[in-house]
Amino acid sequence: MSLKHPTGLISLVSQSNQSVICVTLNSIVLVQVVRLVCRYGLVCFHVSSGGYKCVCVCVCVCVCVCVCARARALFSAAGQKVRGGGMGGSRVVVASRTYADFTPQATFDIKKCDLHKLEEGPPLQAVLTREEGLQYYRTMQVMRRMELKADQLYKQKIIRGFCHLYDGQEACAVGIESGINRTDHLITAYRAHGYTLTRGGTVREIMAELTGRRGGIAKGKGGSMHMYAKHFYGGNGIVGAQVPLGAGVALACKYQGKNELCVCLYGDGAANQGQIFETYNMAALWKLPCIFICENNKYGMGTSVERAAASTDYYKRGDFIPGLRVDGMDILCVREATKFAAEHCRSGKGPILMELQTYRYHGHSMSDPGISYRTREEIQEVRSKSDPISLLKDRMISNNMASVEELKEIDVEVRKEIEDAAQFATTDPEPPLEDLCNHIFSNEPPMEVRGTNPWAKLKSIS
Amino acid sequence: MASLRCFFRSGRNAISVVLRREFHKTSPATLQVTVRDALNQAMDEELERDERVFLLGEEVAQYDGAYKVSRGLWKKYGDKRIIDTPISEVSKICLSIIFAGLRPICEFMTFNFSMQAIDQVINSAAKTYYMSAGLQPVPIVFRGPNGASAGVAAQHSQCFAAWYSHCPGLKVLSPWSAEDAKGLLKSAIRDDNPVVVLENELMYGVAFELSDEAQSKDFVIPIGKAKIERPGNHVTLVAHSRMVGFCLDAAAVLAKEGVECEVINLRTIRPLDTDTIEASIMKTNHLISVEGGWPQFGVGAEICARIMEGPAFNYLDAPAIRVTGVDIPMPYAKILEDNSVPQIKDIIFSVKKTLNM
Repeated sequence: MSLKHPTGLISLVSQSNQSVICVTLNSIVLVQVVRLVCRYGLVCFHVSSGGYKCVCVCVCVCVCVCVCARARALFSAAGQKVRGGGMGGSRVVVASRTYADFTPQATFDIKKCDLHKLEEGPPLQAVLTREEGLQYYRTMQVMRRMELKADQLYKQKIIRGFCHLYDGQEACAVGIESGINRTDHLITAYRAHGYTLTRGGTVREIMAELTGRRGGIAKGKGGSMHMYAKHFYGGNGIVGAQVPLGAGVALACKYQGKNELCVCLYGDGAANQGQIFETYNMAALWKLPCIFICENNKYGMGTSVERAAASTDYYKRGDFIPGLRVDGMDILCVREATKFAAEHCRSGKGPILMELQTYRYHGHSMSDPGISYRTREEIQEVRSKSDPISLLKDRMISNNMASVEELKEIDVEVRKEIEDAAQFATTDPEPPLEDLCNHIFSNEPPMEVRGTNPWAKLKSIS
Repeated sequence: MASLRCFFRSGRNAISVVLRREFHKTSPATLQVTVRDALNQAMDEELERDERVFLLGEEVAQYDGAYKVSRGLWKKYGDKRIIDTPISEVSKICLSIIFAGLRPICEFMTFNFSMQAIDQVINSAAKTYYMSAGLQPVPIVFRGPNGASAGVAAQHSQCFAAWYSHCPGLKVLSPWSAEDAKGLLKSAIRDDNPVVVLENELMYGVAFELSDEAQSKDFVIPIGKAKIERPGNHVTLVAHSRMVGFCLDAAAVLAKEGVECEVINLRTIRPLDTDTIEASIMKTNHLISVEGGWPQFGVGAEICARIMEGPAFNYLDAPAIRVTGVDIPMPYAKILEDNSVPQIKDIIFSVKKTLNM
């Protein structure tokens, strides 16, 4: 990667943690830089706090020469690093970036939430630490790749039945989880793979459940829509039915006085269900610690929100319940709003409603191509402008909280994790036939269950 | 119109039919039609015939139907006759019932979701004519896929035949073939009473031959009459919906061993055609009922009870048997799901046990 330009005026330094581009005002040089940047995707870092400062433009030729000489030296050492020590003897000690050189935390402006029956809303700024950022990035990436792998396996007919994918909505699940405690409770509808992950399910267990194997999180008996974990109540197939259930969990929280709350999720399609309004009434009447969250991804199966709802201000539909409308593609926005809502509930003020404006890239389920009721351009536009993983990535990189290489490494690790899980999910054996009739009742002595004919007497254990 | 579409879609068969028509003018021309297309034709013809008929449900209009049963209807009849509803089962039904003077077809995406609104089906649809002493009829059709599908797990696989058939005031139909689907749905729409039509998702894509007669726009199958799909002497197999196909397959296997099964396709669950079953038992002396639903208080249980109470009991040489789904919520894993519903081998096994073979 020799970049010694004939004019000797460009040097490109590439190390694992840093790139520095020194540019002179030579117009040919400028073109070269543009070409190189495009080809190698190197980014100019601008460190805003402490540390090494990068000199970007020099007009004076002598300054330019000095800087270029230093840069050239750094480059050759780095080139050595890249090529594995080809150039005999490093002349300059490469000052490699340590993690201490990254910004430990940064404050970001986030979008203001629309409020309903609230005097004030979540803060307009969010603090993100490097550790948090990397963790959110990793979790969202795992979620994304897991869903894409499920898509693949479904097309290979290894996953059957219903499969509702969550890609595009990762910021919601990860943001909510980061705003509540592990001891809080959560319930959602059938687009549940993401939540199963954030609530403690492993990718292996989730994928093995999708393929219907004994290693699945529900031993292969539940499938895509019926995954459960501790303090996570599924995974519910009937639209809207999970909302009153969530209020019930909230009632239990209040009853047991452990300062826990319940996050109760539903979609824009379910928001028109009567049982949701009944639930609003009871939750408000009894001041249940319940955060109702409407994940508005703009389409209820094939019906757009305009064609289904008389009012698409889902955050106001709780009427007497205070509400927030949140940008569901920005994980920090979701996190701050969730923290705000959790605080509201825990202080005994009763339920609160959050509408997360988000988007799903796939169709409603794997049997829906997702383009008969919306355009490919629309999907593409959301992908390019509002993708939650890209937004976080750009934020972290442009604030020197992580490097491109570091995130790429995470991507590689994630891919490997998903491959391993898929391998497990396709090779694990199916559940044993003896398990067919088990788990009908809890805490019961073993009983007999009628099979397909009167002579088939099957065994059922609790 | 719809039959023309079907004609072109039949491909090879269409050409051979035309050729046949050219040379053998007298032989009946049959058509291969899927159950889905038969249902589509039935609705199309009835929508055309009677202006008061309309269809409402989730995704029935612009999406062409969740299972494409109502494909093309919205393009043909427009917003007034084919209505997309929000996901509001209860309201959807209420809005249909109260439409005095109209004849709605109310689609449930699957009958599992009908549980959310079953109060309205029973208390507002089924009982109203009785409670009003004949003043207020309720001509409405509830239709949609019922029973087990493939890999859709516990909440989406339940059979509601027993649930709806339990209630007086409702008529409950369960078509199997394309001819059943078309004829029964047309009868249901023309009937002045609340009718529940339990279709089957796994049957939608299956093609059957539709006779000339069945292709006619006035082809209706009377409600309350079963059909003998296959005559036999040794044992009576009574089934509805997808299980009819399984019984016919089992009968084909058993025929090789010299056992001739009579297979009865119930077509209507309520009112049950006891006469046809009794006449068959008087000939074969053995009864096996086959269904996909759960055994307790199911369709088979009702059939057995009626036979016991009627004249056919004295003709039984062995106890009447039910082959049913396993008495558990439907599991997801393939091996478990396959063993949760009757298979052809279960029917063959039960026949042999009954006949002491």
